[in-house]
Amino acid sequence: MKGYSYAFLDEYTKREIRRKILKAVAIPGYQVPFASREMPIAKGWGTGGLQVTLSLIGDSDMLKVIDQGSDDSVNAINIKRLVQRTTDVKLTKDTKEATIIQTRHRIPEEDLNEDQIIVFQVPFPEPLRTVEPSEQLTRRMHAEKDYSKIWLYLYENIVQYGDITFGARYPVMVNDRYLMDPSPIPRWDIPRLHNAAFLSLFCAGREKRVYAIPPYTKVEPLEFEDYKFEVENFDGKVCAMCGSDDTFLTKSVDERGNEIWLCSDTSFCEKRRREDGL
Amino acid sequence: MGYVAVKGGEDSIKNAKKLIEIFRRENRLAVDQVMGEGSLYAPKLAELAVKQAEGDLMEASFLIRAYRSTLPRIGYSEPIDTRDMFVIRRISSTFKDIPGGQILGATRDYTQRLLEFEPSEEVEDEGEQSNDAFEYPPKFEKVVDVMRKDGLIADPSEKPEEPFDITRDSLQFPLPRSARLQALARGESGAMLALAYSSLRGYGSVHPTIAELRVGYVKIKIKHPYTKKEVSIGEILVTECEGILSGVGVTTLSEDVKFSIGYGLVFGQNERKAISMAILDGTTNIKEPKAPSEDQEFVFYHIDGVDAMGFVEHLKLPHYVTFQSSLDRAKKAKEVKNEGL
Repeated sequence: MKGYSYAFLDEYTKREIRRKILKAVAIPGYQVPFASREMPIAKGWGTGGLQVTLSLIGDSDMLKVIDQGSDDSVNAINIKRLVQRTTDVKLTKDTKEATIIQTRHRIPEEDLNEDQIIVFQVPFPEPLRTVEPSEQLTRRMHAEKDYSKIWLYLYENIVQYGDITFGARYPVMVNDRYLMDPSPIPRWDIPRLHNAAFLSLFCAGREKRVYAIPPYTKVEPLEFEDYKFEVENFDGKVCAMCGSDDTFLTKSVDERGNEIWLCSDTSFCEKRRREDGL
Repeated sequence: MGYVAVKGGEDSIKNAKKLIEIFRRENRLAVDQVMGEGSLYAPKLAELAVKQAEGDLMEASFLIRAYRSTLPRIGYSEPIDTRDMFVIRRISSTFKDIPGGQILGATRDYTQRLLEFEPSEEVEDEGEQSNDAFEYPPKFEKVVDVMRKDGLIADPSEKPEEPFDITRDSLQFPLPRSARLQALARGESGAMLALAYSSLRGYGSVHPTIAELRVGYVKIKIKHPYTKKEVSIGEILVTECEGILSGVGVTTLSEDVKFSIGYGLVFGQNERKAISMAILDGTTNIKEPKAPSEDQEFVFYHIDGVDAMGFVEHLKLPHYVTFQSSLDRAKKAKEVKNEGL
């Protein structure tokens, strides 16, 4: 785009972000502070993920961007369009084809391999924020691996509501060391972070933190022996479009106002309808 | 440059009004605010941003900030001494008579806030301007310097050091003063006003008296990369406020029985923000915070307009997946409850 650098950010900025990413990869689950830049999209709309994507992207990449699992949601399209306007990089909806996948609130249903990077947009990087508002204190708690407050919170959950009430953003322990916020992905996606082949990068633009899960890293959701972590239960519901019963579904209504359920990963849903037997 | 010095109450007010008319080019103060919050001194770009954003100043600042991200940081300027300012307005509320005198300049402070249904007349009476405009020295001694000579002002609590740059490092608490001042300089005027007001009104103890508020042009100098000599690369309009953290009623003093200073410096003419900044510089320096405006994390995580507007408005994005997760939990909790009955 005329008047702008390749991939929008100036090269010094990209170098800084890449260095911070390397630190994040070296210390799995640790939140690395970085000097987040203002982006041409608003804070809270994916500026963290966008900065990571733009710092990494090059001519040989294939980019996929999803929001709530969908390639066609307005925000995903807006982000894709910005990256493409400043890089001319190739875009794809096919999870298998992409080299970088930027996402808000989902991990694609299809398995990813070692050559793929998934970039998560993160609103709240601090998993302890629920129990401690002060950043100075939460940083110290991480340094001392003092996670007693969050365990107590889970216990109180059970006493009060009969079960753990974390919906999305379920806190996980990474590499037996750091408690980490996996971004607001549903619990459905949490087990897929464990020993994953792909590199996960998480970035919060507004809160100015970047963190990572390197490939094949231990990722465990917090749970008790008698109160286990559970993924969302769809009670045997199937996708009204592709008939899937093994994907994350969201509720919708058809033209006549009847309740139906649909895959949140729209490109996989389409693929299944196209290629029977997937 | 419109430089008119006046003295005397009635005349000052009349002339202030006249100056406003001269200055009333389109959106002058909006442009100044956007340069400050956008953290880029570029009047033409800010004007474009205000226009493109249809007068939404947060949106305009956001446009400027985003554009700013595309510019490499190639160097730092030398510190500016505001004693060398080409002053267009200066007032003091600590002393009636200050060295060099008070200069009302362009202000709406003493005007009647009446909507003017008739378009204002263009002021073109150059001849009426008094010649004593040029009798005044271009530089003015600072009120705080006079007080400092009298041993009334406490030394800065922190030693001079390489300034923290919040655009290159994220905030780390407790913040050094340089980081606090930088964050305040690009903070959102309204948010800062509210927090500063809360301290004045009752949630806090900082209530300053303005030693000096001055508006004027300062030169930006950099070290020439080859000759290593200072060269001027242009000038910018700034508003500076030095507030004596004196308290009202009960006098507040530092441990060595001196007054401390709250400092504000912002791009363009934005007096409300410069004063708010001086107050918040004072409140966030308090060792044992008791009020929101004294809590560093509370103040500095929430005064950035671009951060705040973006995140609040992101609620317009779909949250189908996260909400589905919540529904699932609510359903489960209900089941557990029913089973228990």
